[in-house]
Amino acid sequence: MTGLATAFGIDTRLGDLQPEFWQAAGETLLMATTALVLGGLLGLALGLGLYLTRKGGLYAHRPAYVVLNVVVNFFRPIPFVIFVAALQPLARVVVGTGIGTPAATFAIVVAATFGISRIVEQNLVTVSPGVIEAARAMGASRSRITFGVLVPEALGPLVLGYTFAFVAIVDMTAIAGVVAGGGLGSFAQRFGFRQFDDVVMWASILALVAFVMVIQLGGNLLARKVLRR
Amino acid sequence: MTAPLVELRGVVKEFPGARRGDPANRAVDGVDLSVEPGEIFAIIGYSGAGKSTLVRLVNALEPVTSGSVVVDGVEVTTLPEKGLRELRLGIGMVFQQFNLMESRTVWGNLAFPLSVAGRSRAEQQRRISELLHFVGLADKAHARVGELSGGQKQRVGIARALATEPRLLLADEATSALDPDTTRDVLDLLARVNRELGITILLITHEMDVVRRIAHRVAVMEDGRVVEQGPTVDLFADPRHPVTRRFVGTVVDDLPDADTLAALRARHPGRFVRLALRGHEVRQSEVFATLLRHDVAFELVYGGIEEVQGTTFGNLTLALTGDAAAIDRALAEVGALVTWTEVA
Ligand SMILES: Nc1ncnc2c1ncn2[C@@H]1O[C@H](COP(=O)(O)OP(=O)(O)O)[C@@H](O)[C@H]1O
Ligand SMILES: [Mg+2]
Repeated sequence: MTGLATAFGIDTRLGDLQPEFWQAAGETLLMATTALVLGGLLGLALGLGLYLTRKGGLYAHRPAYVVLNVVVNFFRPIPFVIFVAALQPLARVVVGTGIGTPAATFAIVVAATFGISRIVEQNLVTVSPGVIEAARAMGASRSRITFGVLVPEALGPLVLGYTFAFVAIVDMTAIAGVVAGGGLGSFAQRFGFRQFDDVVMWASILALVAFVMVIQLGGNLLARKVLRR
Repeated sequence: MTAPLVELRGVVKEFPGARRGDPANRAVDGVDLSVEPGEIFAIIGYSGAGKSTLVRLVNALEPVTSGSVVVDGVEVTTLPEKGLRELRLGIGMVFQQFNLMESRTVWGNLAFPLSVAGRSRAEQQRRISELLHFVGLADKAHARVGELSGGQKQRVGIARALATEPRLLLADEATSALDPDTTRDVLDLLARVNRELGITILLITHEMDVVRRIAHRVAVMEDGRVVEQGPTVDLFADPRHPVTRRFVGTVVDDLPDADTLAALRARHPGRFVRLALRGHEVRQSEVFATLLRHDVAFELVYGGIEEVQGTTFGNLTLALTGDAAAIDRALAEVGALVTWTEVA
């Protein structure tokens, strides 16, 4: 590859940087999947909390709803580039370090939790209240209604919502460099952008784009399968 | 007499006003009624009358504001959460919009109440095939809900409501989303549920035709109150309250309004009387024979004969011509056979 680029008169170190490139790709994958799994679960819990405690909900509880709502509304709009830095002290407590991939992953998980909670809440709202009423009329417990009716009924849109969230998570991993978190984003910055090495930069971009496309495709396929049941 | 299966006494349900400070909205305002075991009891009323709210108090989907609701001898207004779940296992419910789970097949929808009731896999299997046969959907077991027609969806809804062998079935506008043919099929199915399985049905509707077809007794609701109730035949034959009259008028059109009457008078000479034919006492041939015996000529100018719950009744408006004294004598005899009134 370097040979080819040199032949065209392009000066690039991509060939030499291959180990770093693969390491960065691995870091992105690690951060993104950890955030999807943990942030996904926590976001589901928080989203359910928002949905169930709201007025008319199965566990309607105004104070609880107000608290959850204010917390989500407060944290969600914070730009991630600031959020990741602001969360460093907490990261030290929770994952033992304020820098590196673990600290960045921690921040992404927290941000993803808030973001996903709203996606979950919005998708649960689309479930017909009549279906829930029918389940109540059959004597189903609230927890059975939640996990046996509510979540399965919203599963199609939820899968699409999680796909959307995963793309946003990949976006966040690109900012992990702020706390030396590594990943393809900071690789592109360090060895591409700052070194004026366009080939390195575009290689990283292409890798990220390919990653996002695969996720999107997989998510769409899965959602279609779920919706077609 | 056996105890009623459902007994409401002084039931009130208020919803808080839309905004703080708004007066409470009394959706149900002091209702007394009882549903006897084995009957089909209908509640009819216009939209907003409080019918859905009332029926949702029976299985305690909503708490009452005051009053007493007794189902099968159990006061439901004071039941704790666990008791409520047991109560609801014994009450099936059918909805206007079917409310089936789109994420499950027909089979999966029927399995849900059974697993709520803690039935084993084998029992579920057996019961589901039984239910599917009963509602005539054995070939749709593995269909997705989205593939079914409205009528088929409601059959699944009814099968689901019957899954745990309830004594009582609540049906809230079960046919209101269906076309007339499908409505008839679903009503037939409900009648079968009542007749063959002996399940008591409390049904809500805004269509008098539904009442006429299957209800044994009916209560008419307006503004949260029951304004009239009684056996269906009686209400059809002799509606007292204006709302009842309007509902009866939607299916039975045997009383001419003022304009029609004026037009009839212009075309027919003679004295107008109305015969009220009621159920088994109807002796039309004797009535007509009496008129003929007195040399009174008669013309049937308006009216009809209706069939309600297996009973015949109707209002016939006759124009009588002949000697005035003979008409009086004839009507005196007719009065012993049927009720007649002078048409003003
Ligand atoms: N959950 C609710 N919250 C507030 N008001 C309600 C609620 N359910 C019904 N109502 C009100 O109660 C009244 C009766 O409604 P409903 O029982 O649905 O009437 P029907 O079924 O006869 O059309 C209406 O004024 C309606 O707005
Ligand atoms: Mg209603």
